[in-house]
Amino acid sequence: MSGNQNETKPMIHVENLKKSFGKLDVLQGITETIFEGEVVSVIGPSGGGKSTFLRCLNLLEAPTDGKVFFRGTDITDKSVNIDQFRQKMGMVFQNFNVFPHLKVIDNITITPVLEKKMPRAEAEALACQLLDRVGLLDKKDEYPGKLSGGQKQRLAIVRALAMEPDVMLFDEPTSALDPEMVKEVLNVVRDLANQGMTIVIVTHEMGFAREVSDRVFFIDNGIIQEKGTPEELFTSPKHQRTIEFLGKVL
Amino acid sequence: MLETIIKMWNKYSYVYISGLTGTLCLAAITVLCGTLIGIVLAVMRLSRVKPLQWLVRFYVWVLRGTPILLQLYFFWIFLPRITGINIPDSTCIIIALIVNASSYVAEVIRAGIQAVDKGQTEAARSLGMTGVHTMTRIILPQAVKNILPALGNEFITMIKQASLASVFFINELTTSYKTVASATFRQVESIIIAGLIYLLVTTVLGRILALVEWRMNANER
Repeated sequence: MSGNQNETKPMIHVENLKKSFGKLDVLQGITETIFEGEVVSVIGPSGGGKSTFLRCLNLLEAPTDGKVFFRGTDITDKSVNIDQFRQKMGMVFQNFNVFPHLKVIDNITITPVLEKKMPRAEAEALACQLLDRVGLLDKKDEYPGKLSGGQKQRLAIVRALAMEPDVMLFDEPTSALDPEMVKEVLNVVRDLANQGMTIVIVTHEMGFAREVSDRVFFIDNGIIQEKGTPEELFTSPKHQRTIEFLGKVL
Repeated sequence: MLETIIKMWNKYSYVYISGLTGTLCLAAITVLCGTLIGIVLAVMRLSRVKPLQWLVRFYVWVLRGTPILLQLYFFWIFLPRITGINIPDSTCIIIALIVNASSYVAEVIRAGIQAVDKGQTEAARSLGMTGVHTMTRIILPQAVKNILPALGNEFITMIKQASLASVFFINELTTSYKTVASATFRQVESIIIAGLIYLLVTTVLGRILALVEWRMNANER
């Protein structure tokens, strides 16, 4: 979609990424690169490790083994200030996780003001501009409790955008939404993709993944079983697991 | 009987009011100090340092697993003995009540913090918020909503528990009943008066608490 000359520059690179929860090996060694400006969809069956993969990218989940590089810096290194790097990697969750005790606008401004020392007036101007972009400007003084699911998710997206990230990670952003609200959230993600934002999105929305992605990863049993352009993966999948999975969901 | 009660109240109200003041002071001091210690205990309990966790678990286990009256006796006997100085009964009892309250409050605070959805921490950290800011700006403001009502209930519980101090004849409301009863030889009436005062105070406080809770949740409706 947003393919351009930047695509050769690696944004995130993971090397032999492994994650175990007790005896359960969720990620069994993934080596992969996400390039600048690229939109990557991660698909696969539940429990296959796709969310864990995403959560390891900003170390929300600490990898058991392996390395994660962000623009060439090994962020799994203990001496790295991970907070600085997370500011560059926005994340959106399935359950929105908006801050219920803060007004819509404060949800957005709190982190830039606290962590980037952005002047409050500047942060508020930015927040208003972002809210306007997703059609929520009239809600800026409400508490999130007054918002619908779709509105909460749009708020969560602009809250992450306010940190001016280089990449956005979406963890099943529409899975907790009522069907009629899925579209309004996907439209926001699509706009971001069209503007050239680097995106990694774990999703069950196959149509959307096909339309918006540059590449698709199929993750199952803790490894990337198959990857390729949406055309390759959706029309001529090669791996047996991919064929079975797509046969069930399409 | 009503007439006797009114007569007794007119004559001895000062004893009851002094006792009530004692009770409220005991409860306030206990909850205040118990909360301060309880915060430290809760932080220790939630820290990643295992020995600290074990220490707090042991402390809470002992204090919640034994009767409070036994604890009062223990401190009353034990404190003067190990310090070797003559500590007033009231001081021993206040310390015992504080220690007891701290164990309950520590659990209330720990539960209050842990009841905040884990997603809140994840969201804050994913934005690049530091651990300290996540705790002070995101988790604690939400935890307070869980903790404050429970602390208020602890205060009401303490008002009733402070009556145990009457065993040691410390000035509080149940001691007032004993004083009035021995002066008038009217056991039942003097108990009823004390009971009515307890009921009045706990009801009013309960109502205030419910109101505060309601106001606090206003932005989530």
